[in-house]
Amino acid sequence: MTKNYDIAIIGGGIMGCATALHLAQAGMSVILLEKDDIGQGASGVNAGTLSLQIKRVKLMPYALKGHHEWQKMGDKVGFVKTGGYTLAFNEREAKLLEERMNLKREAGANIEFVSPQILHKNEPNITKKIVAVSYCADDGYANSSLTGQYYRNLLNHSSVDYFEQSQIIKIDQSDKGFNVHTANPQYKAKRLLLAGGGWMKQAAALLDIDLPIQARVNTVSVTERSPKLISNVIGHATGLLTMKQKANGSILIGGGWQGTGTPNDGRGKVHSQTVIPNIQLGQYALPALSALRIIRSWTGFEANVPDFYPLAGALGNVPNAYILGCVRGGFTIGPYISKLMGDFILGNELELPLFDPNRQFTQTGK
Amino acid sequence: MSDFDLIVIGAGAAGSRAAMEATKAGAKILLLDEQAEAGGQVWRAKSPSIISAPKTPETIAGDKLRSDLKLENILHIVNARVWQIEKNNDDLWNIGYLNNGHLHNVTCKAIIAATGAQERVIPVTGSQLPGVIGLAAATALFKQHLTTPGKQTIVAGCGPLLIFTAYEILRLGGKVCAIISLNSKTNWAKASIDMMTRPDLLWRGATWFAKITAARIPIYWQSTVTEIIGETHIESVNISAIDANWSATSHGQKNNIKADSLCMGHGLNPAIEATKLADATHIYSPELGGWHVKTDDFGRTDKAGLYAAGDNAGIYGAGAAPYRGKLAAIAALQFLNIGKTQNTDKLVAKMKSAAKFGLATTKLTILRKGMIENTQQTAIICRCEAVSRQQLEAEISSGAHSPNAIKSGTRCGMGPCGGRYCNDVAALINQTISGKTRQQIGLTTSRPPIRPLPISAIAQNFDYDDLPIPAPAPL
Ligand SMILES: Cc1cc2nc3c(=O)[nH]c(=O)nc-3n(C[C@H](O)[C@H](O)[C@H](O)COP(=O)(O)OP(=O)(O)OC[C@H]3O[C@@H](n4cnc5c(N)ncnc54)[C@H](O)[C@@H]3O)c2cc1C
Ligand SMILES: Cc1cc2nc3c(=O)[nH]c(=O)nc-3n(C[C@H](O)[C@H](O)[C@H](O)COP(=O)(O)OP(=O)(O)OC[C@H]3O[C@@H](n4cnc5c(N)ncnc54)[C@H](O)[C@@H]3O)c2cc1C
Repeated sequence: MTKNYDIAIIGGGIMGCATALHLAQAGMSVILLEKDDIGQGASGVNAGTLSLQIKRVKLMPYALKGHHEWQKMGDKVGFVKTGGYTLAFNEREAKLLEERMNLKREAGANIEFVSPQILHKNEPNITKKIVAVSYCADDGYANSSLTGQYYRNLLNHSSVDYFEQSQIIKIDQSDKGFNVHTANPQYKAKRLLLAGGGWMKQAAALLDIDLPIQARVNTVSVTERSPKLISNVIGHATGLLTMKQKANGSILIGGGWQGTGTPNDGRGKVHSQTVIPNIQLGQYALPALSALRIIRSWTGFEANVPDFYPLAGALGNVPNAYILGCVRGGFTIGPYISKLMGDFILGNELELPLFDPNRQFTQTGK
Repeated sequence: MSDFDLIVIGAGAAGSRAAMEATKAGAKILLLDEQAEAGGQVWRAKSPSIISAPKTPETIAGDKLRSDLKLENILHIVNARVWQIEKNNDDLWNIGYLNNGHLHNVTCKAIIAATGAQERVIPVTGSQLPGVIGLAAATALFKQHLTTPGKQTIVAGCGPLLIFTAYEILRLGGKVCAIISLNSKTNWAKASIDMMTRPDLLWRGATWFAKITAARIPIYWQSTVTEIIGETHIESVNISAIDANWSATSHGQKNNIKADSLCMGHGLNPAIEATKLADATHIYSPELGGWHVKTDDFGRTDKAGLYAAGDNAGIYGAGAAPYRGKLAAIAALQFLNIGKTQNTDKLVAKMKSAAKFGLATTKLTILRKGMIENTQQTAIICRCEAVSRQQLEAEISSGAHSPNAIKSGTRCGMGPCGGRYCNDVAALINQTISGKTRQQIGLTTSRPPIRPLPISAIAQNFDYDDLPIPAPAPL
């Protein structure tokens, strides 16, 4: 007789792993299935920015709690609280910055506007072509490459059964629960959590659910090691640049510029026409980058729904099935929202509300 | 509209021939190579500062290749380093390259990747010390600069480059203290039977051996370097006899030999970054040097419009490379609908016959399974990021199995070389723990730039207002 788990979790990114650990700790029997490796999806290739300045206003309370979780995870994930500056290079961006940062401050982020002089005192290598700057002392980063190692070690020391190289290709439902199929073995569970990241649309389709999910193909680049050039996380008023210098001296340049490819074929591709302006924007902010070389650029998939808010809750038309994903800034928020998700599944009282996946989606653009 | 019908990446033995063949047939082609002159590895040109030097079969063949290229009026851009290969919206190939500090983008309908091979070195403690270089790297030093690696050199490893390197050092007036050969005399005797296909080359090999014997250089057959000793520079080398699996035996003969330099190499790996980036299928075959792009005799990969010729499609050697280049050009021309069809049976037969010699030499470099046992726990596997065998083993034992996962957790392969030199060894270590085949273990994801890209070239004369900054992220 195959074991009937309390819950099967599909996807071994931050969302799947952190929820699995929370549920196992509360006494549930958990199986986690990952098609590739633990923490090699978005959770393992993202830019690692933990910045309140780039979080959405409505998600700020979750981001604040998320920061707290990362702080606890500490050295094992390369967490550093550096502080962060967001730059505006012209009047239009200055206006955008003011509008946006004021709203984020009202939502609870410790953001202030500072003078270019203060910026240049603390970051002498940043361009002098600055019109406005905001600062948040709570901003920092973690090393996303360590996500897999971190969660794998925790899973190894927990009661969670996890299997890698185990893609779920079919799900049968009955009143007793779910039969999840990989190419080889099948597993039984009373509940199901979809945490498939950029592949969520395909995962939901296994339950005949069509969600309006789109995968974005975000790009990140890294330079060779360099003597210290910046100490803070550097962002741009539009949110389209993130830059940080890691402890080893390499500088990571991101900002969500779009590569090519879809989650159905491979890991996405770096696109010359977007990676080049991304790096140019970085070099505009930090002219000294010109002395360095890019040693690698890569992409990862991030799922979004039209309103760009998370899918986090019970899937209305399938009893005992849950979904957690499409979280903008999901690296920052992941460890926290996963705990909320766990509490929701356990029937505990929630500290903050989740995001009903059965809502009507309206387009938020910009 | 594409800029070119065909772009050939690599102007070595294979790529140069491919370029000539395609040009003759009337295709609009571009030949790109990161070196200052055509010739690739075997036929590498001398540095222009060296005016006169005795001719060798390599320089003669190389000079001929270079003058042939000029005669054909081929658009050959030297010092052109390809960093990116992608498909554009019109289903054309888009190739990004760096030349004299500037970035260029060109499009084409077909690509022939002829990127050659790179050296494999299985490290031991001390391999990273200054004074230790690869065998192939040493031959490049001889060819380009006519200098020897030190005053007292030990030459170690396997295959023909071992003997060639020792010979070249002697020819250039250097001193070889010892040759440490993984291969046995019998291995060589067996290989020479297959090498009969090229009596001229076999004869050359025999003259190398003769020169080495005449110079009374001690050869330690069936032996390996187990440790390289020195504070800030190599001072001496520990060697040991090996068993049939190439593992140092506990009871076998051990020695310590003083030297100020060591040339050590363990065969060649196909240089597959370009074809990986272009998404072609790759396969692992030890008799072809390990992971290589999968092709038929005509260099067709499983990607439409992508061809491969030369050592990157398997170490068939310098003799077969021009034929493989020509065959790939014929297949590409067919795809492009240029020129007329020709009977290629003879050419294929010639290629196969030439390949016999190369395959026999590659066979001498197939690593036996005990070889990796000679690499100590403290030995540095990834030199860019200083990752030891111990760190890799801990990561693999804790459950990281795929090359990507191991790389993420340890940084092995994250440095400037992009894992070109350590991925192979990391996978050998992975095998000892996981028991998987190399094919099952697979490769890391290929990412651009395939060569480090100076930001100074990217961020030249751009106007901030022209940056295509997308709409701001949702608030
Ligand atoms: C390049 C990039 C940069 C980013 N930068 C930042 C940043 O700086 N800061 C920030 O806060 N956020 C950032 N994000 C967002 C953040 O990384 C993601 O929101 C977060 O990691 C998502 O976690 P996840 O667990 O939902 O998804 P993932 O980490 O992608 O995990 C989903 C997992 O599910 C598995 N899976 C899918 N389908 C199946 C199936 N059928 N069977 C088995 N397994 C399956 C996948 O293999 C994958 O491992 C970035 C994202 C990307 C892509
Ligand atoms: C260092 C070295 C030394 C060798 N010495 C000998 C020897 O002495 N005798 C012998 O018989 N065999 C030798 N070999 C083996 C020999 O290389 C091959 O058998 C033969 O050169 C194969 O020809 P090819 O055209 O496939 O590759 P190559 O001759 O190596 O040509 C490949 C070319 O591609 C270019 N290239 C690669 N990547 C890029 C890129 N991204 N952008 C632009 N250009 C690129 C390189 O600059 C090179 O010129 C050596 C191999 C190596 C690695």
